[in-house]
Amino acid sequence: MTVPIKIFSLFVTSIFVLTASILPEKAPKALLSEYGYFSGALNQLQPAEGVFAYEVNAPLFSDYAEKSRFIFLPSGAAMQYRESGAFQFPEGAAIIKNFYYPLEAAHPEKGRQIVETRLLLKDVKGWKALTYVWNKEQTDATLEVAGASFPVSWINTNSKKVDLEYVVPNVNQCKGCHSYDGQFTPIGVTLKQLDNTSTGSDNQIQFFQQQGKIDGIPAAFEPGKVFRLADYRKREQSLDASARAYLDANCAHCHNAHGPASTSGMFLNAEETDLEHLGVGKPPVAAGRGSGNRKYGIVPGKPSESILLYRMEHTDPGIRMPELGRQMVHEEGVALIREWIKAL
Amino acid sequence: MFLKFRAKVMKPLFLLTAFFSLMQVAAFAQSDVEKKIQTQLILAEDGETVNLPAGAFEISGTLSLDGKNNITIRGAGQDKTILSFKKQTQGAEGLKISNAQNIVLEQFTVEDSKGDLIKAQGVKGIEFRDITARWTGPPKASNGSYALYPVQCQTVRIERCTAIGASDAGIYVGQSDSVWVTACIAKNNVAGIEIENTTHAWVWKNQAFANTGGILVFDLPDLPKKQGGHVKVYDNLVGRNNFKNFAPKGNIVGKVPPGTGVMILATNDVEVYQNKIWENKTASTAIVSYFISENPIKDKEYNPYPSRVYIHDNIYSEGKRMPTWKSKLGFIFWWKFGKKVPHILYDGIENPDWKDAQGNIKPEYKICIGQNENGTFANIRADKLGLFKGKISKDKTPYDCAY
Repeated sequence: MTVPIKIFSLFVTSIFVLTASILPEKAPKALLSEYGYFSGALNQLQPAEGVFAYEVNAPLFSDYAEKSRFIFLPSGAAMQYRESGAFQFPEGAAIIKNFYYPLEAAHPEKGRQIVETRLLLKDVKGWKALTYVWNKEQTDATLEVAGASFPVSWINTNSKKVDLEYVVPNVNQCKGCHSYDGQFTPIGVTLKQLDNTSTGSDNQIQFFQQQGKIDGIPAAFEPGKVFRLADYRKREQSLDASARAYLDANCAHCHNAHGPASTSGMFLNAEETDLEHLGVGKPPVAAGRGSGNRKYGIVPGKPSESILLYRMEHTDPGIRMPELGRQMVHEEGVALIREWIKAL
Repeated sequence: MFLKFRAKVMKPLFLLTAFFSLMQVAAFAQSDVEKKIQTQLILAEDGETVNLPAGAFEISGTLSLDGKNNITIRGAGQDKTILSFKKQTQGAEGLKISNAQNIVLEQFTVEDSKGDLIKAQGVKGIEFRDITARWTGPPKASNGSYALYPVQCQTVRIERCTAIGASDAGIYVGQSDSVWVTACIAKNNVAGIEIENTTHAWVWKNQAFANTGGILVFDLPDLPKKQGGHVKVYDNLVGRNNFKNFAPKGNIVGKVPPGTGVMILATNDVEVYQNKIWENKTASTAIVSYFISENPIKDKEYNPYPSRVYIHDNIYSEGKRMPTWKSKLGFIFWWKFGKKVPHILYDGIENPDWKDAQGNIKPEYKICIGQNENGTFANIRADKLGLFKGKISKDKTPYDCAY
């Protein structure tokens, strides 16, 4: 795409204005490499000093993109546990999420294409979201304020070539999900998501504790013993636990009493115990044609009569859920929720 | 008409841009305009006006404004700035305003989004002025839900706006407080204007024509904002709202019978007066409980009964009106009344907790029907209805009171 000079200059001015107004202390860098979060070749994503890899138990589906996640904490500063919502982060902290596709899903050794890196930066005013789009050479990524889209393709696990118009969100769209009572918030950095050993032999929470990088974890915490989300991909726990973990990770960032979808009265966070709020026998409020002519969010035993599943099975923007960040149907997710509703 | 208009606008625009340079033409290419608008919305400073250029533009994704104060988004006029979301691939809304204060939207048209056209959520002070929000072509279930959709907002003003073709409600105000809706036109929507779980709303001098239902005041269960009320509906023109109900099933407005003028569902403190309500074939004015929806109620804090509703000084037209057969209610009305359905209908389902020792509703909960021109009345006693039995009462004296 050719960028007309006028628009381009406006864009450059924009970045300048953004620098001056939104982030008075820390300007957003034009290039990802400028932050120094990674050492060596950027696309190896080797964490630099103060940067820690982490994994979540139940990931958000993002059009089959894989993600590698990191937390940057300034030296001497730590995260703080909170009873609800994500951990509290110190000023200067960053959460770094890289999105990539393996060239061939069945053969990860054949390499990958990193498409995008999303940063959440904590400054005096709170959280800011920035997206960086990787170049073809995979040497660096460039700041994109107003979002972008471009084609990507890969060979999936069934050896089929998939073509996708990949969408990079703009900063407002980031907040479309990252919102708690209207304030920008991280989502996945919670006890229920980080209580696992995916990044090494240590439990992540214990690792952060040992490193002095997290405070306030309840004394009663024992790895895997307190409430944690199931890894729904492995079906390591019951069907119910897997399904609830899936809904928590994929829906509850909006669908909770403090999120952008609180308007609907449908709360899908794993802690929710009220069946009506989960959608059982609940008529829609503002679903419109998203209802698919079905009467209730969830009809126990009847996935094909449940609006929840209808919205997961579609890609039309007026029907699909989540509204943002999903253009493909998550076949495995649909199968899980179908099975769960059937068994309810 | 729209095509004709578009040709008229685009031609001079094209000539103008051609007159400048190739670069300028490229600058007006759709995706660049979209990106420019979105960038402006992201970078807008406190007090800034974001001007939308004249022209008809295809927009591919939701345009959004978040976390801003004192911003005006201004078009070049409803006939001049047209944002079409017909080919939308990203996001469901056309324009979305969230977590903001003192936002004014004015003088432009939005159309054909996949979901809602303009949604404002969590905004303190939102004004819609001279906005047209419409789905083009014949009204259909695949149109989005709401044309203008403020929800969880404080201080909402909607003035001189037009809403057409919504498969739910044209102008829908939900879970908000302090609301004006005035001088607006709503037509060919399922619900023309709907006030839902909203407090302190004034709806006056609007025109609701050819919707399934003209003006609805609803309180629904299971929502964070539990109770609406203190709603005034006056000086409106509510005519010929006989359009077929094209809402997708499952949505509560899908149960509104074609031919509904004004409907009050489970809301308290509602005054409906000085409206002209004519040729709505099924129910010119209906006061009903949530039970009429036949949906189960599981929300324990929810009050499904209307109370302190006062209907007075409205002008109803005479004339034969054949109620719709396409809803159970309409069918019952037809069965009971034939072509002479009374204008003011009450479902008569009363809260047992609101009754005194004699079994009468306590004065503080009463439904009051004052003087209305041609204000014929019936209590259909839906609690005892069964389909064909039950005693409909046309006696107005129990409702002879005022607030």
